[in-house]
Amino acid sequence: MITVATQYFSLEQISIKSGEKLGPVTVAYETYGMLNAARSNAILILHAFTGDAHAAFYHEGEEKPGWWDGMIGPGKAFDTDKYFVICSNVLGSCKGTTGPDSIDPRTGKPFGLAFPVITIEDMVDVQKALVDYLGITKLLSCAGGSMGGMQAVTWAVKYPQYAHSIIVIAACHRHTAQQIAFHEVGRQAVMADPAWNNGDYYGKALPARGLSVARMIGHITYMSWVSMENKFGRKLLDKQKLGYDLSKDFEVQSYLEYRGQSFVGRFDANSYIYLTKAMDYFDLAEGRKVSDVFKGVTADFLVISFTSDWLYPSSQSREMVRALQAEDADVSYVEIHSDYGHDAFLVEFDDQSRAVSHYLAKVGRERAGLI
Amino acid sequence: MIRLDYEIIADIVEPGARVLDLGCGDGELLSMLKEKKDCRATGIEISPQQIIRCMARGVSVAQGNIDSDLDVYEDKRFDYVILNESLQQVLNIEKVLADSLRVGKKVIVGIPNFCNLRARIQIFFMGQVPVTESLPYKWYNTPNVRFLSLKDFRDFCADKNVGIEKSWYLCKGRKVAIMTGLFADSGIFVLRKN
Repeated sequence: MITVATQYFSLEQISIKSGEKLGPVTVAYETYGMLNAARSNAILILHAFTGDAHAAFYHEGEEKPGWWDGMIGPGKAFDTDKYFVICSNVLGSCKGTTGPDSIDPRTGKPFGLAFPVITIEDMVDVQKALVDYLGITKLLSCAGGSMGGMQAVTWAVKYPQYAHSIIVIAACHRHTAQQIAFHEVGRQAVMADPAWNNGDYYGKALPARGLSVARMIGHITYMSWVSMENKFGRKLLDKQKLGYDLSKDFEVQSYLEYRGQSFVGRFDANSYIYLTKAMDYFDLAEGRKVSDVFKGVTADFLVISFTSDWLYPSSQSREMVRALQAEDADVSYVEIHSDYGHDAFLVEFDDQSRAVSHYLAKVGRERAGLI
Repeated sequence: MIRLDYEIIADIVEPGARVLDLGCGDGELLSMLKEKKDCRATGIEISPQQIIRCMARGVSVAQGNIDSDLDVYEDKRFDYVILNESLQQVLNIEKVLADSLRVGKKVIVGIPNFCNLRARIQIFFMGQVPVTESLPYKWYNTPNVRFLSLKDFRDFCADKNVGIEKSWYLCKGRKVAIMTGLFADSGIFVLRKN
């Protein structure tokens, strides 16, 4: 069991896309494996919506490893015997990096809604500062799933000279109406909770009911028809027959309730609002042709999607792949079979690991001089 | 031992050429072209398991459908488009071939001969759809959807005003020079727009 501790790095001030300034900004990050002498084996892992810097290994005294421990470690896809792996918590989150629950130096109180509205690009800018701070001028790869994939592809476009390769998993190049709609329902659930109090609830009762309902909706979108049917079907909850009352009858009901409630203990409601908003703003092309955005791209690409992912469906990955092909980028794409829906990138490791490890070996060999 | 069809195709392709292999399978030909000819070689393949094998060989391949996915490439993007043992598995042959001739300066097509001698004997004397070494599938499990002879293919090219620059006829890993329509179990053609 390898242990790891979260580290922190601080930035005096950043300029964000909306035009505002924010500072100081603290960034929580972890690293796994060793940076080689040539500094050519670094991989930046980008986490999804509610993830954190703790991507792999164990925190001292904890029983659960990091959120992508199945993919990162000795002999795994992101092989820490070969690569130096970095993961940082995104701007606006609540897991150690500055976000709405951090103290606003102007008032001495948590930011709440005084926190500026941030974007995926702003997250990437902060990561770029961290990579600079670590003394790495060119990453072997930027890799992430879901919101992490949005950051990865943003890296390719915003900092084309800084990564040899980009791995985009279960993601998209722009948020669609359906994706925005699900997020809007989640935000409205939080905001409808009287305890939310316009984001000013720190030190008081949390908007637990609203955030819990938001998470329940989110959770449905992360699963698939098949995975829900397999896991729950119409199984009853400690009952022999239907109650014909308003109590919970089905297992799926209590599962969602449990997921919602446990989420309240580990995630900040305002971060939920800010991060979903950042994803909804995400549109790499912003009115242009997607392929035009990829014109200056120098990185190689690996794009992965999952058959049962209906939140970020394969059709969106294919759209990105086709735009990259049109611009003559070196792109590999595979749609992996899985019943786990959008969550597949967090649980379906066999083919995903094979694809990633072969791909990294190729990029390392051909572009970074790694043997 | 290297497959003769791969060897012939690798001989055709000039060093450093840009190559697109449609239905590239496990990527063996692509990795050969990359290593021996320093080609910038990529492929399109429908099976995810085959794509992971391609990745293990270090070639970049995108999952896709060659019936519909060639429209992203501009004219003459590639020096060669290869359709080796894949054209007979395509529904819209005319479109795929037209697309290939558009995005490639030349197109290399390798097809099985469904009317070779052994196949003809099986049809004529046994009254059965042929199953041979080069056509190993039963009628109910074949991935092939188009059944053609080498002559059919040449006629098709003539009809469509597609030039055949060169052709090779093979049987069991050897080149065939005479009565090719009968003895060859496959053919390789280099095509270009007339």
